[in-house]
Amino acid sequence: MSACAIRTEGLTRTFGSITAVSDLTLEVEAGTVFGFIGQSGAGKTTTIRLLLGLLEPSRGRAEVLGFDTRGQADKVRDCTGVLLEHSGLCERLSAWDNLQFYARVWRLPVSERWDRIRELLDRLELWERKDETVAEWSRGMRQKLAVARALLHRPPLVFLDEPTSGLDPVAAAALRDDLAVLARNDGTTVFLTTHNLAEAEKICDRIGIIANGELKAIGTPEELRRQLGSARVRIVGRGFSEQVLALLRAHPDVRSVARENGHLVLEPNRPGRVAPLVSILVGSGVQVEEVHPMRSTLEDVFFSILGEEPAA
Amino acid sequence: MIRDIWTVAWREGKELFSRDGGLSGKLGLLIFAAFVGVFLPWQLGRAWIEAPWVTFFWAWMPLFLVTAVTADAFAGERERHTLETLLASRLPDSAILLGKVVATVLYVWGLTLICMPLGLVTINLTHAESGLLLYSASTLVSLAGLSLLATVLGSATGVLVSLRAASVRVAQQNLSMISMVLAFVPVIIFQALPLPWRAKVLTYFMGASISEVVVLLATLLAALDITLLLIAMGRFRRDRLVLD
Repeated sequence: MSACAIRTEGLTRTFGSITAVSDLTLEVEAGTVFGFIGQSGAGKTTTIRLLLGLLEPSRGRAEVLGFDTRGQADKVRDCTGVLLEHSGLCERLSAWDNLQFYARVWRLPVSERWDRIRELLDRLELWERKDETVAEWSRGMRQKLAVARALLHRPPLVFLDEPTSGLDPVAAAALRDDLAVLARNDGTTVFLTTHNLAEAEKICDRIGIIANGELKAIGTPEELRRQLGSARVRIVGRGFSEQVLALLRAHPDVRSVARENGHLVLEPNRPGRVAPLVSILVGSGVQVEEVHPMRSTLEDVFFSILGEEPAA
Repeated sequence: MIRDIWTVAWREGKELFSRDGGLSGKLGLLIFAAFVGVFLPWQLGRAWIEAPWVTFFWAWMPLFLVTAVTADAFAGERERHTLETLLASRLPDSAILLGKVVATVLYVWGLTLICMPLGLVTINLTHAESGLLLYSASTLVSLAGLSLLATVLGSATGVLVSLRAASVRVAQQNLSMISMVLAFVPVIIFQALPLPWRAKVLTYFMGASISEVVVLLATLLAALDITLLLIAMGRFRRDRLVLD
């Protein structure tokens, strides 16, 4: 297997006048969890379809596990597991039959089939309910089963399209943990799309941010925070009057300023511009006691890329 | 390849039986078997075994049955959001398509084959004045062969229609229309023929033996089966199916 599980060069897909994915160039290292973040309609699902060879690119190329997605799509699908937008489970069948079917599809030897299904269902705490039809299950249980199906044949690469979408926070956290353990145990490369930024921050080794079909940023969560996060500071003190706030808002070096729990949160336009602004505060009669740099979150990075303010 | 076809057929079969496994589904199958396997033979008596038209009834009957089942093939998967996951698997196009055809054919043809001995039992219980009544070997082969070819025809047509239908309901409506056309077109064509041609056709059928007509019909059905399956394979495109 190549050290690079996914490599795309200028990958583009248009639908009429709409460009769903535009000039996408990225590399995903084997054995890592890669998060692809974007809003609904940003181009995440189309990217997965292109990588699986389910759609042909309009321009550019993609290589998955060393196979060209245009001419060797069958080989790509042979080596990958998927959980797409919908769980894709046959709801009239039992959990056992669903996994049996895909075990047959992936040609797991009969002797191994039973053990592997039991191992996955046990680990996901679904074994006791294996004979129930999937239609009777909650969405969380179905998503777990779909994850089991994606990992059933121990593929070197799995695509997970919004795996925790629509789940309550507890079920989402449980599934996320299960997923991380299962993927790491088998050394699987995971290509995960999500619009849950906290989830991406927790489990992804690297993250790509896509907006309007274009890859806007790529790196580890730490790199993204460092490069694209804001240089906000929290100023502890007294005398943060409306006049002082108005003075700062009018200053060209200030991007934003707000009062939070009696403190002042100040975001300069550029790093290294905090000291002159603190001087202005002191000159205006504010008693400054402490100045703390604030750690950016991935959410800050995401919204700064989109050019929007995060919701309060 | 055969193994993949069988894998798809296995799941389709499971789904078919789970769909018809409910009370209404079982009742429907029971009513069908009672009508074709008991009521009709009981009403028609010895003609059910001896009349030449019975052969053609068995060729027509699966067509009626198969359309109800096969509309679900792709349109149903699309409605239930299971199609894309299936397409994202390692299964080749032909295995997915033929697996669905095989499952439908085995289900409907199996039901047809169950009704045949049931009819024989009914006849022998109600009309056995002169010993045991049985189909001749040639009739049995004709019945089984024609019903199989007709089932494949219905299944291939259904899969072809289902490939592009937005929903099962649309697929069923389109299939009903096609069934009507298939039923009436031969009559309309015959009516449209010039009078001397019609006379020739009638003379041929009046003079032909039943086995000649069966062979002709079987050849026609086989040719249609192969053509429709090839068209369906040609129209099976993953990108279109995903975007539909």
